[in-house]
Amino acid sequence: MLANGVVSAAYIAASILFILALGGLSNQESAKRAVWYGIVGMGVAVLATVLAPGVQNMALIIVAIAAGGFAGQYVAGKVQMTQMPQLVAALHSFVGLAAVFIGLNADIMLGAVSEMREAGTALADADLTAFGEKLWKKDATEIAILKVEVFLGIFIGAITFTGSIVAFGKLAGKVDGKPKKLMLPNDETPIPYISGHYLNAISLSLCVILGLMYFTGAGIWTMVLVTLIAGFIGWHLIMGIGGADMPVVVSMLNSYSGWAAAAIGFTLGNDLLIVTGALVGSSGAILSYIMCKAMNRQFVSVILGGFGGESGPQMEVEGEQIAIDADGVAAALNDADSVVIIPGYGMAVAQAQQSVSELTRKLRAQGKTVRFAIHPVAGRLPGHMNVLLAEAKVPYDIVLEMDEINDDFPETDVSIVIGSNDIVNPAAQDDPNSPIAGMPVLEVWKSKQVFVSKRGQGTGYSGIENPLFYKENTRMFYGDAKASLDNLLPKID
Amino acid sequence: MKIGVPKEVASDEARVAMTPASAKDLQKLGYDCLIQKDAGKAAGFDDEDYKAAGVNVVSGAAIWKDADVVAKVQPPTEAETAKLAEGQTLISFFYPVANEKLMEIAKSQKANVIAMDMVPRISRAQKMDALSSMANIAGYRAVIEAGNNFGRFFTGQVTAAGKVPPAKVLIVGAGVAGLAAIGTATSLGAITLAFDVRPEVAEQIESMGAEFVYLDFDEAAQDGAATGGYAAPSSPEFREKQLEKFRELAPDVDIVITTALIPNRDAPVLWTKDMVEMMKPGSVIIDLAAERGGNCELTEKDKKIVSDNGVTIVGYTDFPSRMATQSSLLYSTNIRHMMNDLTPDKDGQVNHNMEDDVIRGATVTHAGEITFPPPPPKIAAIAAQPAKEKPKELTPEEKRAAETAAFKAATKSQVTLLAAGGALMVLIGAYAPASFMQHFIVFALACFVGFQVIWNVSHALHTPLMAVTNAISGIVVVGALLQIGSGNLLVVFLSFIGVLIASINIVGGFLVTRRMLAMFQKS
Repeated sequence: MLANGVVSAAYIAASILFILALGGLSNQESAKRAVWYGIVGMGVAVLATVLAPGVQNMALIIVAIAAGGFAGQYVAGKVQMTQMPQLVAALHSFVGLAAVFIGLNADIMLGAVSEMREAGTALADADLTAFGEKLWKKDATEIAILKVEVFLGIFIGAITFTGSIVAFGKLAGKVDGKPKKLMLPNDETPIPYISGHYLNAISLSLCVILGLMYFTGAGIWTMVLVTLIAGFIGWHLIMGIGGADMPVVVSMLNSYSGWAAAAIGFTLGNDLLIVTGALVGSSGAILSYIMCKAMNRQFVSVILGGFGGESGPQMEVEGEQIAIDADGVAAALNDADSVVIIPGYGMAVAQAQQSVSELTRKLRAQGKTVRFAIHPVAGRLPGHMNVLLAEAKVPYDIVLEMDEINDDFPETDVSIVIGSNDIVNPAAQDDPNSPIAGMPVLEVWKSKQVFVSKRGQGTGYSGIENPLFYKENTRMFYGDAKASLDNLLPKID
Repeated sequence: MKIGVPKEVASDEARVAMTPASAKDLQKLGYDCLIQKDAGKAAGFDDEDYKAAGVNVVSGAAIWKDADVVAKVQPPTEAETAKLAEGQTLISFFYPVANEKLMEIAKSQKANVIAMDMVPRISRAQKMDALSSMANIAGYRAVIEAGNNFGRFFTGQVTAAGKVPPAKVLIVGAGVAGLAAIGTATSLGAITLAFDVRPEVAEQIESMGAEFVYLDFDEAAQDGAATGGYAAPSSPEFREKQLEKFRELAPDVDIVITTALIPNRDAPVLWTKDMVEMMKPGSVIIDLAAERGGNCELTEKDKKIVSDNGVTIVGYTDFPSRMATQSSLLYSTNIRHMMNDLTPDKDGQVNHNMEDDVIRGATVTHAGEITFPPPPPKIAAIAAQPAKEKPKELTPEEKRAAETAAFKAATKSQVTLLAAGGALMVLIGAYAPASFMQHFIVFALACFVGFQVIWNVSHALHTPLMAVTNAISGIVVVGALLQIGSGNLLVVFLSFIGVLIASINIVGGFLVTRRMLAMFQKS
């Protein structure tokens, strides 16, 4: 048994280690060390909690941790890097669910403790856990605040849980990626006030009403209802958001899982939970902010789904898309000195990162400058492309951010766009009526030659015409990205 | 189909329209390649090299008889043109304005003639723009030729035997040849000045390392876009001003390279006799416009002369041919690109698509018709220069005022935010109990720390960041651990599940982060 002071000290140590773990991610080398800080911090926190006074049922704890640890290890070892977005979403849902359970538990225990106190049992005879003792000592105001915290923990937790499950489904391709909102009574003749976002608003007010009832003494059934309704909000909200907005959604859920943990921390009066929750919550919030900035969109409009209203007709695109075959691309690459590759979600879908890496290796072996330009929202997860390229052994020092490389395109001989579309769309700069007007984009069209590896002539997720494909110096390299590149590789000498 | 390349008949022509390398590429397009015996010899390509590249080495007569496409460098002679058969295609320099008679013959033979000098100057056609690739060589060679006739170093040196001043080179006309000459002269170490009537090329000149000679003259600046990238003839007043400037420079410069030429016009005289007389003895003038009369008044075509005051004036017109290996490589590549566009299906069959801007523009006779001059291309060669709006220069005071205003605005918004936050805190503090406020302080500080730390995370590591925050948000396990000892079975069950899934998060999150980070390798 550890003294309470020692436990607090361990929590302080764990908090600092977590901060260092996040701070270490400022560069690739220190990150490798920093992740150990996180692991040690977590170890210290769990051990201190288990060994603290008032924790019982040790056997159950060991079984649960062992089983969970085994499952976690299995998943982490098996997951492919292209599946990272799904994995992250799935893990968010666990935090949300755990937060809901802990919140419900807190209420059940509060009820039990209050009963005992009213029955006149002495504190010493009550045989309580440490948390139970804390509840025992609370006065009326503190209990009221506790109830607010329980409500918040459950509400945010439930939204995170179902929202993450839908995000997981969409990212894994198990749920249709198109934005979809519930229309009542049916899709054809929806009654506006009980459809779409109104449903969310109605549900939210229901939750608030139930919460108020709970504060004034209604039983745990209100919280169970809140769990269900908040779960519906999470499901409905994320269903209404399209595939390309997933980076924002996943960051947002990341943030929510943090706030849920922080709310639980308040409920339990546990500072470590509060600190960690706040760290994770702010991390997710910043990521969402960066993603929205990179798409030049308001956070609210992303969450409410769909693109904002258009202010006029889009510019007509003139010209035609000219196709090219592997020989032509190979000839241009053999002649080029500097090459920039712009990967997008299409590369992940086609699992083409190994072929891209091989192409890079071959070109670099000839002494050419090969670099990668990564748009902040390329892929379905912030930083997704970086991880895929790292997996394929592309050195990270040639993988550059948009701001680092955008000025270099005029000196670039060949740009290869692999499976990205909106992030290289010149309409964002040229056409004030374009839905993506003002979004920062990679200026590939300024390079001497552009090859676009693309499945076919479609407009992709957002349905926006891309004038890049019609430019004089653009050639379309149609076909599955991996197949096309494998076709190209033997021709590079 | 067969592509044949005869030996050039002009006596001083060393170039050849097909090299072993280009022959390989042409075969990839599906063509059989023929070459006349010894055609590549002067350019440094042996018949053996051609044979090794899969080319049939045949007699000259066989070329004109068998080949479906004949590729040449120089315009055909009348005799050669008469050998063309119906449906046969000739690709070469042709200069249709000067060679109307040849055009008539080709028309009567019903042969197709593609003139390499008529390829429109649009970006898609750059790869077959033989005029540019030859001009590039001419510009380079002009500097080398000047060095050959110039008795001093280009670069300045301080040696034990004394100080050597750098040579001063003036380049007139900054087209392709002029820019190539600028690049060569500056890389040899000379001080290079350059002049062009188009002020918009100043940037290109300066980017090559030369100094642009500005002319103080107010004339509506002409737009190079309107003339397909070439300079337009200048007004007499402008010319006077220009000559005045040259007179000022003449005593100073050691080498003058003139490249001012507008297609199908006589070369303007820019370097008059009196300027030559003002130059130092031993100076050199290379006149790249000698073909059309020369920019220098004293230039004699195809000759090198020395003026009375010892200035060498070179009027050669065959600079590309003097570097036959290099120019053959580039020219044959231009031809190969032209064939590439003529063979869209890569099946060895010529598809003479008169709808294609580039092919249409370069074709002078087709199917018994003279198709010169071509209609203007559908795409303008160079985008018209957008009207330049100068951003208003801010005075230092205005700048400072703007900065102060921005600073004030930032301060204002920050203070407002802090005040609002503070008021909210006070409000909460007034009603919440002390135990809550203690935790709330921790929460607020942790948010601040979080924001500070996360802003520094590298964008490349955002996915590992999400995975690691996943792992540490598994800290909710602590909450479940604190509840699992409860007497209530439902609570025990829910906490058990809580511990289980939070553990998945912790272990899975950390392990996958480690896996990802280990992949990031520096080159």
